[in-house]
Amino acid sequence: MDRRKFISLLTGTAAIGVVGKLGFEITAKSEIIKNADKNLDGKRWAMAIDLFKLKKENTYLSCIEACHQAHNVPDILDKNHEIKWIWREKYKHAFIEQEHKNLPDKITTLPVLLLCNHCDRPPCVNVCPTQATWRRNDGIVMMDWHRCIGCRYCIAACPYGSRSFNFVEPKPLIHNITDEFPARTRGVVEKCTFCAEYIVKGEYTKPPDCVSASKGAIVFGNLNDKTSEVYKILTSKFSIRRKPELSTEPEVYYIIEGEEV
Amino acid sequence: MLEKAFQGSKIYWTWIIFLLILITIGTYFYLLQFNTGLGITGLSRDVSWGFYIAQFTFLVGVAASAVMVVLPYYLHNYKAFGKITILGEFLAIGSVIMCMLFIFVDMGQPLRIANVFLYPSLNSPMFWDSVSLLGYIVLNIIISIFTLDAEKKGIKPPTWIKPIIIISIPWAISIHTVTAFLYSGLAARPFWMTAIMAPRFLATAFSAGPALLIILCLLLKKISKFDVGKEPLQNLAIIVTYAMLMNIFFLLLEFFTAFYSGIHHHAEHFQLMYFGLEGNYSLVPWMWVSSILAILSLIFLLIPSLRKSEKTLLWACIFVFCSIWIDKGLAMVVTGFIPNPLGYVTPYWPTLPEILISIGVFATGILVITGLYKIALTVRRELKSF
Repeated sequence: MDRRKFISLLTGTAAIGVVGKLGFEITAKSEIIKNADKNLDGKRWAMAIDLFKLKKENTYLSCIEACHQAHNVPDILDKNHEIKWIWREKYKHAFIEQEHKNLPDKITTLPVLLLCNHCDRPPCVNVCPTQATWRRNDGIVMMDWHRCIGCRYCIAACPYGSRSFNFVEPKPLIHNITDEFPARTRGVVEKCTFCAEYIVKGEYTKPPDCVSASKGAIVFGNLNDKTSEVYKILTSKFSIRRKPELSTEPEVYYIIEGEEV
Repeated sequence: MLEKAFQGSKIYWTWIIFLLILITIGTYFYLLQFNTGLGITGLSRDVSWGFYIAQFTFLVGVAASAVMVVLPYYLHNYKAFGKITILGEFLAIGSVIMCMLFIFVDMGQPLRIANVFLYPSLNSPMFWDSVSLLGYIVLNIIISIFTLDAEKKGIKPPTWIKPIIIISIPWAISIHTVTAFLYSGLAARPFWMTAIMAPRFLATAFSAGPALLIILCLLLKKISKFDVGKEPLQNLAIIVTYAMLMNIFFLLLEFFTAFYSGIHHHAEHFQLMYFGLEGNYSLVPWMWVSSILAILSLIFLLIPSLRKSEKTLLWACIFVFCSIWIDKGLAMVVTGFIPNPLGYVTPYWPTLPEILISIGVFATGILVITGLYKIALTVRRELKSF
């Protein structure tokens, strides 16, 4: 073997070693993250929103306010650059396939609160090229704002318009900052996290902010627990989900039955 | 070999300086975008991909089209393409560089771009697209360096290059297929979610790419006396003709499914493009120009006497290129977002900074291609092969 061949053999072996080690580390790391918290296993957090109750006294406005205040969502006037974690939409936009012109006014004028559906089969998680968004064992679709590269593929993939991108620097536009929650930087995508920050050892220490502000219009809990309120309400009342035909299996349910307000 | 790109006439250097000026302007506006955010573009919450991603998509096609000269030459031993394979490969290299830059300028956090490889996500088409594009540019760099070097020394290229060339053929198909998968797997966007997306991407690539190659060959003939001859151009023209016919056929299939089924959420995207939707008409004139150019190009290409005349062939190729650019580089990406999944029609048009940044990226790619073509032509001139 001449010197040249020897050197190329040497570098080749070294390269294989480095790549192999890197590959091992990456798989090992993601395994650790995936199985990090056994407390999350067997849970399925879900939300049932009663639209008639939500309309009463414009409760939905306090839900939006509570969420956006707690999560440092900036006030952006330009609709094109808006950040929305939870927002109000008319029936015809929220349930676009379920609209027809003879619907009663009491339905078409309902304020529908939209947020991330925390799908069982989230397309945003599928497409993310950096695992900056992932589905936890308890079903919450989470985000890592320090890993997101801002490619906005998740926005293209989300059938619900639930994801926002920071087109401008958000910090100067947060009027009343909440120190307990991180503010985001420009160039990353963000969305509702089902207030996962309130979960300690797999249980919520307090309900999500929109739920607390909803005066009972939003019920939240573990759908796998048959004694939970959300399970009881969904098994006793008629509810619909957004775009069920896409097989994303949303975990935000809307109850439209109830008395007129 | 690289030094040959740094020796040239006054015209050559004027062209280089012109490109450098465009790159400087683009860089300035990119820094502006880098420091203030993508808010300086026309992108919005509803239309979150636009001009950059569309150029990326279009250029992946141009890059993939090199296979249309590589395949006949290496697989079928079609000698007439011998002179232009290197031009096709260099065009591919320049195009992939532009693709990567367009992805880069579209990122919200460009400095984190390495995360794509640090946290590989095997279920993301974007990960596979990065892998296939990187692989494709490496393949083309290796192939073109070793074949041109062998040609320069008057020896046969090393034997190990042959399997690499063979691999590069399906690889070229793969880069555009994976690019189509970026779109065609999204249930959220009915306009894109069509199984014919990948075939149609390939048809547009194999018409617009070789059309551009014909234009470049005719341009080189005029400015450098480098004449590839009649035969390869005519055969390229036939490839353009078939691919363009297929593209139009595929487009008509899309129309049929959308309008015959009458499913509102499927048809309204086509309506937006060709007739306008809810007062948004910005794409309509463009799409009709694209259609007229497509028809004109087919007339020019299908009539043998017109195809055989270099003058009309040049026009046919310009029509093909522009028609497909409008369709793929302007309309296709944006239309997927309008109307959005909630039914809102949010108009989009690129802003001036966005266009200047794009021109800067184009200038960078063209600069690379100019330099590479200069090298190829100088090597050939020294061999007195033209």
